[in-house]
Amino acid sequence: MHSRKPFYIFVILLFIAGIGASIYRGIEHSVPFLPGEQVQSWAIDAKISFNGTNNPAEIHFALPNDPAFDILVENTTSPGYGLTISDDVNRKAVWSKRETSGPQSLFYRVTLVPTGNLDIKDDIEPADTELYQWPVTEQAAAEQIVGEVWERSATNLSFAKQLMQLLNDDNQSQNMALLLSTNSATNLFLHMLHSKGVPARKVSGLLLEDQRRRQQLSSYIQVYQDGVWHLFDIHNNKQGRDNKLVLWEYAGGSVLDVMGGTNSQVNFSMLQDTRSALATSIDMMMTEDALDFSLYQLPLEEQSLFKGILLIPIGVLVVVFLRVIVGIKTSGTFMPVLIAMAFIQTTLITGLIGFLLIVAFGLMIRSYLSTLNLLLISRISAVIIVVIFIIGLFTLISFKLGLSEGLTVTFFPMIILAWTIERMSILWEEEGPKKVFVAGGGSLFVATIAYLAMSNSIVQHWVFNFLGIHLVILATVLVMGQYTGYRLTELKRFKPLVGEK
Amino acid sequence: MNYAWPWELSRAGVLNMNKRNISYIGRYNQRKFYKRVDDKLITKELALANNIAVPDLIGVVKEQHTIEEIPAMVEGRSGFVIKPAKGSGGKGIMVITKVDNGRYYKPSGDEVTHNEIYRHVSNTLSGLFSLGGKPDVAIVEGLIEFDPVFDGVSYEGVPDIRLIVFKGFPIMGMLRCSTAASDGKANLHQGAVGVGLDIATGKSLHAVQFDVPVDKHPDTHFPLSNIAVPHWETLLHTASSAYEMCELGYLGTDMVLDKKRGPLLLELNARPGLTIQIANGKGILPRLKHVESLKGPTMSVEERVAYAKKHFCDKPLF
Repeated sequence: MHSRKPFYIFVILLFIAGIGASIYRGIEHSVPFLPGEQVQSWAIDAKISFNGTNNPAEIHFALPNDPAFDILVENTTSPGYGLTISDDVNRKAVWSKRETSGPQSLFYRVTLVPTGNLDIKDDIEPADTELYQWPVTEQAAAEQIVGEVWERSATNLSFAKQLMQLLNDDNQSQNMALLLSTNSATNLFLHMLHSKGVPARKVSGLLLEDQRRRQQLSSYIQVYQDGVWHLFDIHNNKQGRDNKLVLWEYAGGSVLDVMGGTNSQVNFSMLQDTRSALATSIDMMMTEDALDFSLYQLPLEEQSLFKGILLIPIGVLVVVFLRVIVGIKTSGTFMPVLIAMAFIQTTLITGLIGFLLIVAFGLMIRSYLSTLNLLLISRISAVIIVVIFIIGLFTLISFKLGLSEGLTVTFFPMIILAWTIERMSILWEEEGPKKVFVAGGGSLFVATIAYLAMSNSIVQHWVFNFLGIHLVILATVLVMGQYTGYRLTELKRFKPLVGEK
Repeated sequence: MNYAWPWELSRAGVLNMNKRNISYIGRYNQRKFYKRVDDKLITKELALANNIAVPDLIGVVKEQHTIEEIPAMVEGRSGFVIKPAKGSGGKGIMVITKVDNGRYYKPSGDEVTHNEIYRHVSNTLSGLFSLGGKPDVAIVEGLIEFDPVFDGVSYEGVPDIRLIVFKGFPIMGMLRCSTAASDGKANLHQGAVGVGLDIATGKSLHAVQFDVPVDKHPDTHFPLSNIAVPHWETLLHTASSAYEMCELGYLGTDMVLDKKRGPLLLELNARPGLTIQIANGKGILPRLKHVESLKGPTMSVEERVAYAKKHFCDKPLF
């Protein structure tokens, strides 16, 4: 007897791989773990307008590249312009035209989906900041304020926090009032940080609000500490960001550069939208070309085929469980799975009634065939043909009666039905009707349980979207194949062996 | 409480289906030897080569067109048995106990027409009774004239003796007696009575029908508590030597007692059922473990039988 260890290691690996793959899919591709989940998405229109000056024009426009938002779709409208989009760290759209005159409009439209990943991380510490030199008129006032705060702070972050509080203080000192009279609060904040060599930068962000038009980007300051850029909103005296803020540009560059135009400006309008989380993640994978091991790259017809096929492991799992652990007898090992597959098309009640009717009719006809003394092959073939007649008849009758449910009996696998009828008929002749009801009842019971498992919407969602689940099922089936304990029915069967002692 | 707790069963040493399949059949029965027991024709040939007595072979029907030869084959016999060579669970065995002017009768006295025999054999050849529905052949065997010592023990049929042989040691035995409910067949799930037998003496220990303890035969009312199977020593030897013949570690042997010829080997089973434990009122697992733990040189048939008789004796539970 060789060691069982490799087997268990293999099973554990299957388990881990299956669960890992599913979690990866859920988190990395944001495939929702439950069906019917909804996500918010934002449709944002940016309108760039400027006046042409009859000269060649080149417009550089920064595009959002914020880890807090995934780009679902983006497109531009700019008739007559050449367009290049650079996809490096500083994403940028560059429009160009040989000659422009009069008011010009360029449009950029993007659909963003929040990811919840709000931190801007940067492992590389920014190069030493150039110390800011104050103008002579401001130097004394600024150095006094900065010096005091610097003394009271420990880190870049606490320094920035206290500076921000001071800037927003209602009882401003004279020094501060002087500085604010010549600088905007944001710029002053940045200068103060830079004057002490604290790595900080000015970024542009767009606050998302539903159904807003003609919005502008606002300026924020980011301060670097311990691998993360922390966001400071000076105007609202707030540190940190919420998920309604898109950082449109945070590499320190400008948002809009227009060469060969005047009066340039950019306006944003936005709209909130709710859509299915699953559809969103599929669209996302399409744009990212990340459809690895997803069945969504198949044509629709094959997809729906696989939706059915991938339910079979669930049915098989139910059958293995009910036979190995519970000990229910069925006629034909996997016949219940096929019947359950048919139930999915017919729904349970219609399926059960249809199945019983077909088998009962089949048994009657089979009892006539058995008096004819036919060879087995031709008898089964005759039963198959008769089953087709019965199904046709039922379909016609239910159509005439206006019972649309009856039309679905055509989904029953006919060969399986014929074999079921044949086996039941032999069982009837050899062991009597009681055994037929026991075996038939057992099969229908297993089929019903399998159907209930397979028709569950969460199960259907999981088997198709998280293929790793099938590895887990495989591992479970392998483990159950090792089960040497008592079956539930054996506890009853062997009861006499303990009762008398 | 109709259910036992698993630990109660495990304490009683009850072998279950899953453990039988994995730990005994899977481990001790090599698949390549299965055909020696699954095909009764091969079993018969092997038994004859090993000097083990079997019921005499009247003929074999291998093709549909030779079915008509059956009446000629059984000409002059008082009865015969038709069975599929690869049948399982006693399926497809037709017993004719009376032949009268070319008309055949079942043990129950019902007539079996030529048409029914034709259809039965035809079904057999098509594989209706064989494992996995494979095409099969039908064996026509002589009827066993069963030993009158069993008169009253069995109703309309031959009682047969099932011994579980593990690695050549007979470790548990039972007598299977047909009843009206089992239609002359000795299969417990069809309603035959199972009588547990003491390995040391061949005396009855306990009896069940449909897994429920009984002390009288339901049809003949024969008291089942004082049965002593004759030729017990020969039965143990035959069963034990079947191990060398088919090389299956976990084996069920089915034997019958013929009036003139003594114990005959009916068939071997590579997947013997678990009901023998209920018939004996005892779990088989301790004995299996006992044999598994045996070390030392391989024993001869005689040594194994003597060892089994010494270690696997029991007290009656009636």
